[in-house]
Amino acid sequence: MTEPTGHVHGTDVQVSHDLLGAIGGVPRPSGDVVVEATDVNKWFGKLHVLQDVSLQVKRQEVVVILGPSGSGKTTFIRCVNHLEKIQQGRIFVNGRLIGYREVNGKLVEDKEANIAVQRQEIGMVFQRFNLFPHKTALENIIEAPTQVRGMGKAEALEMGQALLARVGLANKAAAYPSQLSGGQQQRVAIARALAMKPALMLFDEPTSALDPEMIGEVLEVMKELAREGMTMIVVTHEMGFAREVGDRVVMMDEGRIVEEATPETFFSHPTHERTKSFLAKIL
Amino acid sequence: MQFDTTELISFMTNWSVILPALLTTVLMAILAQVLGIALGLVAALAGRSRNALVHGIAAVYVWIFRGTPVLVQILLLYFGVPVLLGGIDPFPTTYGSLPGLIGGAFVAATLALGVNEGAYMSEIIRAGILSVDSGQAEAAKSLGMTPRKTMSRIVLPQAMRVIVPPLGNEFNNMLKTTSLASVITVTELVMVAEMRYAGTFKPFEPLVGISLYYLAMTTIWGVIQSRIERKFGAGMNRNEEAGFWSRMLSMSRGAPHSGGVR
Ligand SMILES: Nc1ncnc2c1ncn2[C@@H]1O[C@H](COP(=O)(O)OP(=O)(O)OP(=O)(O)O)[C@@H](O)[C@H]1O
Ligand SMILES: [Mg+2]
Repeated sequence: MTEPTGHVHGTDVQVSHDLLGAIGGVPRPSGDVVVEATDVNKWFGKLHVLQDVSLQVKRQEVVVILGPSGSGKTTFIRCVNHLEKIQQGRIFVNGRLIGYREVNGKLVEDKEANIAVQRQEIGMVFQRFNLFPHKTALENIIEAPTQVRGMGKAEALEMGQALLARVGLANKAAAYPSQLSGGQQQRVAIARALAMKPALMLFDEPTSALDPEMIGEVLEVMKELAREGMTMIVVTHEMGFAREVGDRVVMMDEGRIVEEATPETFFSHPTHERTKSFLAKIL
Repeated sequence: MQFDTTELISFMTNWSVILPALLTTVLMAILAQVLGIALGLVAALAGRSRNALVHGIAAVYVWIFRGTPVLVQILLLYFGVPVLLGGIDPFPTTYGSLPGLIGGAFVAATLALGVNEGAYMSEIIRAGILSVDSGQAEAAKSLGMTPRKTMSRIVLPQAMRVIVPPLGNEFNNMLKTTSLASVITVTELVMVAEMRYAGTFKPFEPLVGISLYYLAMTTIWGVIQSRIERKFGAGMNRNEEAGFWSRMLSMSRGAPHSGGVR
């Protein structure tokens, strides 16, 4: 992975260089292929939002999804943890079909309880943070480990504190989300997802709702995660992040993946017309 | 005719009559409200079910009990159900081992008030659940929480902020609505007032007397309600709460709570 170079969004926030140490090292996916999506199709009513989307994400890979507004980026990563249903195709996460069972070649939606078990391995970070406002930062982090994984409270608190410290929020454990800045909230949200020791992290425009001066601190945490070997799918408009951290860049347009390449190729020699016009607009 | 203060005080301090009546009123209100909350929660959750039958039953329940007078429901339960059951009387004057205060009429009135209240609570709880941003449930699900855990640990606690103020108003109202139980001979406040002036031919004083008792009960409840609401505000960055007096003076049936931003 490339070493971080100077980037647009500076930050004073100290991010530990052993982030995943707080959860006992890099959670190991069960296989080499973490996500395997094949020919995924989805409709919202008449709108064909995902059209034959196929994507493979290998262990420790960082895949960045770019594309214009409405191209289906959010919809796609929400399908990866089955927050959205799909109508055709297959999505395997950690080698298992997510959200469905296959019965005689047909997809049958799985029981919520089974889907919940699969989601334990998939962390998600939302554009609008979605921290639990009635819980403090630390309580947000220990909620799922204690309630879902059955971790003891003392152990969870220790892990939660360690995570907070490593995202630079050691002194904010007792703060409620409403008392934190956007950047701080998003770092807590990342810590909350990490506390489940997920094999995969999904990020949906994690910096889009932030004031410019807070973007850097969140990107810094994400870069550190990537550096330490977390497997990630990141939807973002941060081209610097895509170029610097992405192993692969995927361009979506009107529900399709139109181009998939390494960052160098993608930014210097885009092949598809849509990619060229998208980059021309954004860079 | 003149207002007889001596009669008022005599009535209000006739403890052997007043205390059981007060106890009956408060007990009936609390039990009916608890039943109403339980039924309301079940109906609200059933109303969100994907199962059309479950959903339908909840809708019909709310439709019927909000659409007919609670007084008629009390009468139907007390006089109608025994007819349906043939010989069996579910509401005898006393239940043997239970204290005399809890007789058949008390049980019938409490059940009817509670079932009626459930229909209103269902709507209040439903609105509370809907008030919670859908991103909250999604975040909980994305962490591997089951729908049940998501509801009980993430959605409902946040819905409480929206549920508690109207719930407080519902209970305030319930304290007063128990007066309807007098029509089926429950010895609550209105009943003892009526019994008093049947003998004295002075209706004014006992009616003022029980009004003062109702006012005392709702005022005490108002204080408790303010405390509870403050508790459910933890972590919520919200505006200054309405003070005690502005709350007392603005309380009315079904009216949204006047203070705070929701
Ligand atoms: N729940 C929904 N019901 C109906 N249509 C939807 C729904 N969610 C998204 N859409 C539509 O699906 C299309 C893809 O939306 P999506 O949110 O995936 O785009 P996106 O690439 O994430 O865009 P953005 O960059 O603006 O976040 C859009 O046309 C959107 O309006
Ligand atoms: Mg989006």
